[in-house]
Amino acid sequence: MSKSEVSRRRVLKSGAAGTAGLALPTIFTASSAAAFTNEPTGGTVTLGFNVPQTGPYADEGADELRAYQLAVEHLNGGGDGGMLNTFSSKVLQGNGILGKKIEFVTGDTQTKSDAARASAKSMIEKDGAVMITGGSSSGVAIAVQGLCQEAGVIFMAGLTHSNDTTGKDKKANGFRHFFNGYMSGAALAPVLKNLYGTDRTAYHLTADYTWGWTQEESIAAATESLGWQTTNKVRTPLAATDFSSYIAPVLNSGADVLVLNHYGGNMVNSLTNAVQFGLRDKVVNGKNFEIVVPLYSRLMAKGAGANVKGIHGSTNWHWTLQDEGSKAFVRSFGTKYGFPPSQAAHTVYCQTLLYADAVARAGSFNPCAVVEALEGYEFDGLGNGPTLYRAEDHQCFKDVLVVRGKENPTSEFDLLEVVEVTPAAQVSYAPDHPMFAGGDLGACNSGA
Amino acid sequence: MDAFLLQILNGLDKGSAYALIALGLTLIFGTLGVVNFAHGALFMIGAFCAVTLQRLLNLSFETIDPSQKDFLGNPLKVKTPYIESWFGPDLGGAIIDWSVPLAILFAIPIMIAIGFVMERGLIKHFYKRPHADQILVTFGLAIVLQEVVKYFYGANPIQTPAPDALNGIANLGAIIGMDIVYPVWRIVYFCFSVLIIAAIFAFLQFTTFGMVVRAGMADRETVGLLGINIDRRFTIMFGIAAAVAGLAGVMYTPINPPNYHMGMDFLVLSFVVVVVGGMGSLPGAVLAGFLLGVLESFASTTWATTTLPGINQIIIYVVAIVVLLTRPRGLMGLKGVMED
Repeated sequence: MSKSEVSRRRVLKSGAAGTAGLALPTIFTASSAAAFTNEPTGGTVTLGFNVPQTGPYADEGADELRAYQLAVEHLNGGGDGGMLNTFSSKVLQGNGILGKKIEFVTGDTQTKSDAARASAKSMIEKDGAVMITGGSSSGVAIAVQGLCQEAGVIFMAGLTHSNDTTGKDKKANGFRHFFNGYMSGAALAPVLKNLYGTDRTAYHLTADYTWGWTQEESIAAATESLGWQTTNKVRTPLAATDFSSYIAPVLNSGADVLVLNHYGGNMVNSLTNAVQFGLRDKVVNGKNFEIVVPLYSRLMAKGAGANVKGIHGSTNWHWTLQDEGSKAFVRSFGTKYGFPPSQAAHTVYCQTLLYADAVARAGSFNPCAVVEALEGYEFDGLGNGPTLYRAEDHQCFKDVLVVRGKENPTSEFDLLEVVEVTPAAQVSYAPDHPMFAGGDLGACNSGA
Repeated sequence: MDAFLLQILNGLDKGSAYALIALGLTLIFGTLGVVNFAHGALFMIGAFCAVTLQRLLNLSFETIDPSQKDFLGNPLKVKTPYIESWFGPDLGGAIIDWSVPLAILFAIPIMIAIGFVMERGLIKHFYKRPHADQILVTFGLAIVLQEVVKYFYGANPIQTPAPDALNGIANLGAIIGMDIVYPVWRIVYFCFSVLIIAAIFAFLQFTTFGMVVRAGMADRETVGLLGINIDRRFTIMFGIAAAVAGLAGVMYTPINPPNYHMGMDFLVLSFVVVVVGGMGSLPGAVLAGFLLGVLESFASTTWATTTLPGINQIIIYVVAIVVLLTRPRGLMGLKGVMED
């Protein structure tokens, strides 16, 4: 009886190795056959648009999706070209990206980090997306950015305002066009000083998650540098709907300014409750009581209705801007959809163009080549004036708008008016600023 | 002291919504024995009845105003509500302004009809099924209803303001020499809730119909043996419970702009209210609603959140645990009621 060459031990070993190999996510194995993750090989390239299609930010997600579709149409040579005509870079020819027609897949973040990661993972692994973009929440952006870094694809963040996205949670594969909490504080402070003076006492109500914390820190630092005092910082649960219990203590706190570090439904409800309790008509310390909403959105302002009148905040972009880029984008978007775009739509449209442009300039879809093309890149014509994608943290530095709820709106879209365009230099900060400390970009990952 | 009284008022106000929703839940559970997880959705649909009426009253015709431009530079289309052109700007404007109170009349038949359809079309098929099945089907129904609302109205909150005359603040402390200001509409909401609760109790206590329903809640089989069609009466009670939840939703819209998810926000809390009050106990549901509203309000004060961080998010559940440990039938639950 000859001794078998296939022993039981060997079979078990081989089986275990094979099972382990099969169990490995394709995200980590696909690269063995390609130069980088999801290298496009045919005549098309697939982008992944990961936006909230359900959940509380679904309307913002829908507006982002409209802008993405418009950007794809323009990049593929359709429509009127939108901001491609005003973009300072002229390498995009309306023939897709590097001659490959752009296709896209969409995912639903549900404004939940785990759902957003799952949909991004699916778009990368199953649909072959070479770039992921989107989101309407900092928690989601940070989670998806981390996933894209691991997977070796580029992440072009959508609406995310937390300092942490390009601060302690920054990643080499992630890029943010949207502004952040620090910039809101830096832009608002001089306007608040002119309007309300230097002797003020502020009371903060803050959404209890990463975005709220960093915005509270930024606004408090900016207003305290004016000489304002901060009497209290109260964290409110993200799931809170009725803020009356949080507003009532403000009435007798001695504060004469209420800062609402809230966004979305939280902002709509807390502002509505604050106005209901008569804060706008109150006089404290001999001064009119004021409310500040540091991060404004037109879609949210619509939800808050007349309560936004006269209330100041900041925004990344507004459709009433009169530069050529903004006018071109509003014309394209408005003609196609019948209403002006939101700031969320604007930022994701820009991100799509910027990614396509970076690939075209790099001559490659390789994420590391794209990172190199975007780092330190200066551009103009996309509605925010001259802009820099800073190499150290992948944050865009551009003008920030201070806006005010309009007293006499002429239409349902005419809710905010721009009161100041704060120059980029005034909202810039050092890469090692304490509010952004603790993170490390690391090296780009191409998935190879 | 002012802050203390303000939190009491806030608590009573929150408790009003909890009590109204929990009252409807208890009515359904007490009569039909169904755990209705779609009850929060009925609250939300009530709120959207107010939104719908507001939109209907604002239906407009367009005229071109060449002197003004829209955002694309085209001549502006100016909208004028039909109701203003029919009744004049003053009366038409006033009707639109009072859309939320008017929505009470609009919502009652709609909510009763929805209640009937829900009960006859779906829930009656689950009477003999385990509670787990009832929870699954009603929870699924709630998700379907909220997605339908989101499809038609979007995900963002929609402003539905109170009439101008009821939109200000009232100085409640003026009589006792204190500075207690409180939103007028929230006072209206509290009074409205008390009125509805009183009406439901009076209906059950002082009418023959109510007497039969109460008898059916205590012993359905015996009432049936007396030749009374108790099922029909219970279906009507389902419709009434739906209307109560709907009215709570209608009147809530000026407090917080409604969105498609608002029902879910209230649902879990309302179930805790029912359990704390005692399953099947109508007075228990009302008492627990107001009690938990006040406790939640105090737990959200700065003093409470700095002393016990996070207490504002768990207070209701802590109370529920304590009550269930010390009084397993809830505050006013009776032995033998809703116990197999």
